[in-house]
Amino acid sequence: MKYLFCLCVLTILSCVSEPKPVVLEVYDFDGIENFLNKKDDKVYVVNFWATWCAPCVKELPYFEELNANYKNKNVEIILISLDFPQKYESKLKPFIQKHQIESKVIALDDVDSNSWIPKVSESWSGAIPATLIYNKDKRQFYEQSFNYSELETELKQFLK
Amino acid sequence: MKTIKTLFVLVAVVTLSAFTNAKTIGPNHGYHVGDFATDFKLENIDGTTVSLSNFKDAKGFIVVFTCNTCPYAVAYEDRVEALNKKYAKKGYPVIAIMPNNTNVKPGDNMEAMKRRAKAKGFTFPYLMDEGQKIYPQYGAKKTPHVYLLQKTKKGNQVKYIGAIDDNYKDASAVTTKYVENAVDALLEGREIKESNTRAIGCSIKV
Repeated sequence: MKYLFCLCVLTILSCVSEPKPVVLEVYDFDGIENFLNKKDDKVYVVNFWATWCAPCVKELPYFEELNANYKNKNVEIILISLDFPQKYESKLKPFIQKHQIESKVIALDDVDSNSWIPKVSESWSGAIPATLIYNKDKRQFYEQSFNYSELETELKQFLK
Repeated sequence: MKTIKTLFVLVAVVTLSAFTNAKTIGPNHGYHVGDFATDFKLENIDGTTVSLSNFKDAKGFIVVFTCNTCPYAVAYEDRVEALNKKYAKKGYPVIAIMPNNTNVKPGDNMEAMKRRAKAKGFTFPYLMDEGQKIYPQYGAKKTPHVYLLQKTKKGNQVKYIGAIDDNYKDASAVTTKYVENAVDALLEGREIKESNTRAIGCSIKV
């Protein structure tokens, strides 16, 4: 009986502590391009980042905050990770889990960056963090870091 | 007399504003292919100071803005060393410059640079951009970021700006070696086919 009780407790505990597994979508640039050219009525805020990029990690909470405040206002945040594929399991997924990232995270795995960087923006040198805000009518690219108010100010240009 | 005075003021204003403009262009622009690159006097990991003018026999330079802490820069360390091994003897030595603010990235300070260079056996100068004055003049945005210079009578002319090759992940899977192609072209007096390329890198920490 005691044994059964222990087993029950263990089962319950393991259920409670078992975190939801992170499902990561990985694309080459052809796949990513769909996320950069949606033609619906939403405003998309697309951030290029990586777990090893300190300024990216620093600004990530602002994108999360933007997501929380604007997801019901026709705004979608997409976080495109440039982490190295061999780090998806050891770094990226644990990071998403630990910080309970709510925004959509997808991974871009495409080594031929010389061909795809200009397709994101002609003005992009390739440094991250970098952010693209767009809707079906206009787009703006930012090779810079953001704080929350700067980010919100830029987004509001698209919500007028 | 009055007209001369007015004229003088006008010239002064125009000259001043020209200089102000040049200043504001600074950090966001930098060199394009065809421009002449500034020389510098920067501290090397061996305690000496290095200038491009020290290299009397060089035909040019492979200037690489790089650091210890950026995964992309790390992925290219061996390939930068290989570039120096291959091209220093042909007149195009690698000159590596670490552009980050070391207060923001202590892992890029001089001691860390020395350790890294020793561990990896770098044979090229690895210089500290003390005060971060050189990288903005070049217009470097990230690590790694390459500027290939050719020595001419008028100075060191920028011939190529961009990435080392087209595969950061796997050196053995590279299909185009941008920098090697550019240096080979210079050595053989050919035109450089691709003189601007782009790659993902870590933003330079200010």
